[in-house]
Amino acid sequence: MTVDTPAPATATTTAPAGPALRVVNLSTVFRTRTAEVKAVRSVSFEVEPGETLVLLGESGSGKSVTARSIMRLHNSRAKIEGEVTLSGESVLDLDEKSMRALRGGRVAMVPQDPSAALDPLRRVGKQITEVLLLHKQASSKKDAKAQAVELLRLVGIPDPQRAFRSYPHELSGGMRQRVVIAIGISCDPAVIIADEPTTALDVTVQAQILDLFAELQKRLSTALLMVTHDVLVAADVADVVAVMYAGSIVETGPAREVLENPRHPHTKALLGALPRHDTARGELESIPGAPPIAGQDFAGCSFASRCGFAQESCVEHAPPLLQVGSRHLAACPVLNPAAAVGDPLSARPAEVA
Amino acid sequence: MGFLMPDTSEVLLDAVSLTKTFGNGTRAVDSVSLLVNRGETVGLVGESGCGKSTTAKMLLRLLSPDSGSVRFDGVDLLAARGKQLRAMRKRLQVVPQNPQTSLNPRLTVRASIEFNLRAHDFPKSEWKTRVAGLLDRVGLAERHAEAFPHEMSGGQLQRAAIARALASEPDLVVCDEAVSALDKSVQAQVLNLLVELQRDLGVAYLFISHDLSVVEHISDRVVVMYLGKVVEEGTAADLWSQPKHPYTTTLLSASPGTGRERIVLKGDPPNPANPPSGCTFHTRCPAAFDRCSVEVPQLLTVGRQHNSACWLNETADTIEPAAVSA
Repeated sequence: MTVDTPAPATATTTAPAGPALRVVNLSTVFRTRTAEVKAVRSVSFEVEPGETLVLLGESGSGKSVTARSIMRLHNSRAKIEGEVTLSGESVLDLDEKSMRALRGGRVAMVPQDPSAALDPLRRVGKQITEVLLLHKQASSKKDAKAQAVELLRLVGIPDPQRAFRSYPHELSGGMRQRVVIAIGISCDPAVIIADEPTTALDVTVQAQILDLFAELQKRLSTALLMVTHDVLVAADVADVVAVMYAGSIVETGPAREVLENPRHPHTKALLGALPRHDTARGELESIPGAPPIAGQDFAGCSFASRCGFAQESCVEHAPPLLQVGSRHLAACPVLNPAAAVGDPLSARPAEVA
Repeated sequence: MGFLMPDTSEVLLDAVSLTKTFGNGTRAVDSVSLLVNRGETVGLVGESGCGKSTTAKMLLRLLSPDSGSVRFDGVDLLAARGKQLRAMRKRLQVVPQNPQTSLNPRLTVRASIEFNLRAHDFPKSEWKTRVAGLLDRVGLAERHAEAFPHEMSGGQLQRAAIARALASEPDLVVCDEAVSALDKSVQAQVLNLLVELQRDLGVAYLFISHDLSVVEHISDRVVVMYLGKVVEEGTAADLWSQPKHPYTTTLLSASPGTGRERIVLKGDPPNPANPPSGCTFHTRCPAAFDRCSVEVPQLLTVGRQHNSACWLNETADTIEPAAVSA
């Protein structure tokens, strides 16, 4: 790491084998004139170096707010509580200057729309060297250029010299997203946060970009936090999946286990809504009703009003995450009556743990 | 011509050899033929820039083709003028992708639906009952009639857009990426609604989407486009079980629950203004051989109601069928 950040008082000593990203009881509340909107409610998870955690949820589930809270990208109306540690260092207490050094340095963000992320008026090369020079990853402009071309090659751009001189509009959507990824990995981040990185792309290009993420991760052993609404993307890249609904994680565990044997009604419904070859036409499972409106508060389970399994007790107390497998947790006591309360940070698959 | 011959004579829409070249030389649509029978759903699938929306616009007469013909219920749609064209439009409606922008933000849902009723000369005395009936049909509450678009969710808005399209009692509704902007759980609701409406009203759909799993689910027949051309067409079941074009195989490999190994294509879709020689897919095709870059493959019949434009099919009898997906 070339960026010097003053160690905050609360930081624990960096354990080398610890998780790259650790989020404990993260809550984000937006204060508006009329209401307090609880966008994220006590979310906890860990991502190890080289591991991919996918936050899966539909619009309004709080998945993007969670990602942005980690990088503290919200304005002053947002109140963020809980604990976010990055390779052992607490992020939420950092001052803005240290935070700026962190963003794009040790934590990189790959947003959804590469066209909006790149400056249309500046050449691609300049936008990469800027980051390298800002974070003192390059000693000179010449060095920065050499590194930038190498990064473009690394992300699979066929003619990196030419791409270096191009403007964003001269590149295709897939190539632009590769450039954004190149910027993201330029400072050797410990964590990459990718918010719907393939949603704006065609399916065949999406497959390429997901492959690129997997390849880079293997090479650089970066921790990847990916936000998506797409179950198929999650199934493709995730080691661990955390399914979000109305601001909370309702189910989490090794991707295969969660997606093949879901133990929460919301996850079941999400999977059932996918059109499959064997579903009879017009008989897709859909979720009745709509998610709770932002700002509306509820005492019990957030999904109770739309859930086919709901019982009276569901609307009274919010269920905790229950241990339903060795690393599989689901917040539904109705489907998992015998399960004990679990540790939300224990959802990692065996091979990485 | 290699377009599908219908089972019955119930042809509703018959488009032959539609071609459209834009000013910059981009051949967006190249000899596309398409047939929709009464009450059936035809899916049109492909990536962005493959010409599926341009094709739809020509069928709706929002864009005139350079050549080709469109017959709607026997009438030459491209030659229709005045009253006759209006009568055609009444029977040919569209549900666009983004209801946030397709519904006028300053009109209530009622006013939007009445717009269509007025345009097609439904007597004013019937409007109220018709709007109520339409909202009920699409699963919206009566109070939604007085709602403005910003007060409704994406799923509700798409239901309103469907109600507006159905107001003129159309025979064919073109759904252009009509469920693509919706969450999957809401998408499932809207897809179920479209199927239910078809069962009850006998309306036909041309269902355009980039998502083959959705198209395959809702369609009787599927047309796959790549770079302005039809590369394969057939019944949804045949395309699913025995795709005869490597591009279809690739798209299928990304569908849920197939158990197929995911195929990752190389490169980007080529620029339609400067398409590759021979088969336009040869630059990315995992099964391409010498001939593909030189000669353009024509749509050939490879089975009952099943056409494909791929040189592999010419030798299909002599080589193992598995070689298609190799």
